Amino acid sequence: MAEKTYLQAISDGLREEMRRDKRVFVIGEDVGVYGGAFKVTLGFQEEFGAWRVIDAPLSETAIVGGCTGAAIMGMRPVAEMQFADFISCAWDQLVTVAAKQRWRAGTPVPITVRLPSGGGFSGGPFHSQNPESSFAHIPGLKVICPATPEDAKGLLASAIQDPNPCLYFEHKHLYRRIKAEVPDERYETPFGKARVHQEGDDLSVITWGAMVYTAEEAAQQLDGDDVSVEILDLRTLIPWDKQAVLESVRKTSKVLVLHEDTHTGGFGGEIAATIAEEAFEDLDAPVKRITAPDTPVPFSPGLEKAFIPQVEDVVAGLRDLAAY
Amino acid sequence: MAIREAEPVGSLREVKEAGLDREDLLGIYRNMVITRGIEERGHILYKQGKIPGSFYTGRGNEASAVGVATAMGANDVGTPLHRDMGVHVTRGVEPWRIFAQYMGRSDGPTHGRDGNVHMADSNLGLLAMVSHLPAMLPVAVGCALAFRIREENRVAVGWYGEGASARGDAHEAMNFAGVRQLPVVFICDNNQWAYSTPTHLEYACEHLADRAQAYGFDGVVVDGTDVLAVYREAKRAIEKARTGGGPTLIESLTLRMEGHAVHDDAFYVPKEMFEEWAKSDPIERYRSWLNAHADMTQDEEDEILGGVKRLLNEALARAEESPLPDAGKLTDGVFATPEDLDTPHHK
Repeated sequence: MAEKTYLQAISDGLREEMRRDKRVFVIGEDVGVYGGAFKVTLGFQEEFGAWRVIDAPLSETAIVGGCTGAAIMGMRPVAEMQFADFISCAWDQLVTVAAKQRWRAGTPVPITVRLPSGGGFSGGPFHSQNPESSFAHIPGLKVICPATPEDAKGLLASAIQDPNPCLYFEHKHLYRRIKAEVPDERYETPFGKARVHQEGDDLSVITWGAMVYTAEEAAQQLDGDDVSVEILDLRTLIPWDKQAVLESVRKTSKVLVLHEDTHTGGFGGEIAATIAEEAFEDLDAPVKRITAPDTPVPFSPGLEKAFIPQVEDVVAGLRDLAAY
Repeated sequence: MAIREAEPVGSLREVKEAGLDREDLLGIYRNMVITRGIEERGHILYKQGKIPGSFYTGRGNEASAVGVATAMGANDVGTPLHRDMGVHVTRGVEPWRIFAQYMGRSDGPTHGRDGNVHMADSNLGLLAMVSHLPAMLPVAVGCALAFRIREENRVAVGWYGEGASARGDAHEAMNFAGVRQLPVVFICDNNQWAYSTPTHLEYACEHLADRAQAYGFDGVVVDGTDVLAVYREAKRAIEKARTGGGPTLIESLTLRMEGHAVHDDAFYVPKEMFEEWAKSDPIERYRSWLNAHADMTQDEEDEILGGVKRLLNEALARAEESPLPDAGKLTDGVFATPEDLDTPHHK
């Protein structure tokens, strides 16, 4: 075990898969000589060569479509979108081609698309989005949202080895801010198994990605209130761990669903609806959602702070729930 | 580097130099006849109400599809489209499975999950198309990328039409293929009509093959009704790609001899245009060539035509016996399992 940043864990996990599996290659804009916009693939081209760490033209469609073709031919491509926002340029390749190919034509498409996502540093409307729910809605795509360095490494290994198109959302605000122990050996973190970030008895927070830490800080501020908060980190949205959510609901009877994505059609709605369908009688309060508002992501720091759910928003939401 | 317009194929000697013996030549004829026969029977099935949804054909494109597919090697791969039935036939897809596909039966290559020519047998090196054209071009380029990374002597062939040439996927695929000089051949089925839209509303250059130069590779225009000329140009391009010479764009000029789909009477295509192109019907044209240059006898021709008729009649009967898909399995296979990777490509 060694302490590593979230970013280092992603980089290590990717390098390890490339060392052990010759089918794995990386393709994206500026991933080679430059080492990627966030330096995840720094030094990779020296180690693996220019045909396994491929600097692509500015062509998200060619990158993702190219990965699809290569994957069908037996490779295990890992595409890097420079920012998750740019995946919109490759929507068709993911949603029309890759997602449906197994179901309709019997051809698996084992690709991983790395998506640096999320806001918090004035990236503006086109460098800050969390588009995970758009893809969670598409049958055939897996959606992965690691929150910890340990999961970042293990979920990436799982994604690369999974026989399906996997969208791996790595939150940019966690890259260098979050450090934790990461096992040295290779391991795969299974999809669809939520992680209890902290145990509690009175309130449940269901969340993922960077909001795990927002929830943690909020829970700490509630220490004096004599309420104990359980924080469930979903880790993956497709598949998502419904059982773990329902178990937590049955234990605490009060639930806050928290995400950085915008409100309407956000994945929190799916979670809330499922709780309403399957655990209605266990609830002591309406399910509460805290999300970004339904606007594009703003640029100016004060506006962005108003957009991204803040610790104080979560504290207020938890107090409301506790008092209900 | 400049594009050229391919000359027609003349003598048998020239054809033999291109790698085809007499048996191959008769095989090409047979594949073209099967291709048209499948689609003609499809029309009948449609009128009988046995084909759900719509029905698309490639009448007029038989030479182009069969010519290119004949030039592909056994380990090459391709992404044929809805006008390219001849590719499926030439690669060896059994006609009864195609009829089952048309009718949404469980023995079609997509088991009723997708319709018409949205199908492919991956064991025969084909990838199933999607409706969004030309979304399969970047995928074909990706196949070529895999071959290049692994240093395999294989080639990918990607099809698109002159309508799809207007979309960005074509640009991204060709630009990337040119930058990396990947072993891919682009076939543009230019049948002059994208649904009702004529070529002058799709592109402003003289030939679509002109664009190849801008991407850093060769372009060639070929008469898509001349199966041997198509074969020769495809063979050159494929072998060039195989030996590290990079991509080629082949624009194969034909006329779409029917509507966009079965509901469309193509009223917008001038009658004279149909009449003019009917004179160079690909099958009739090739039959004349075989008679004149390869001494195809009446007996040989009768044997081919009779054999195809029997084949398709049996195929129809077998397809009609294929059960409808089980709705209880609708949600199976949305996600692949590791066992699904047990295919030739993943070994």
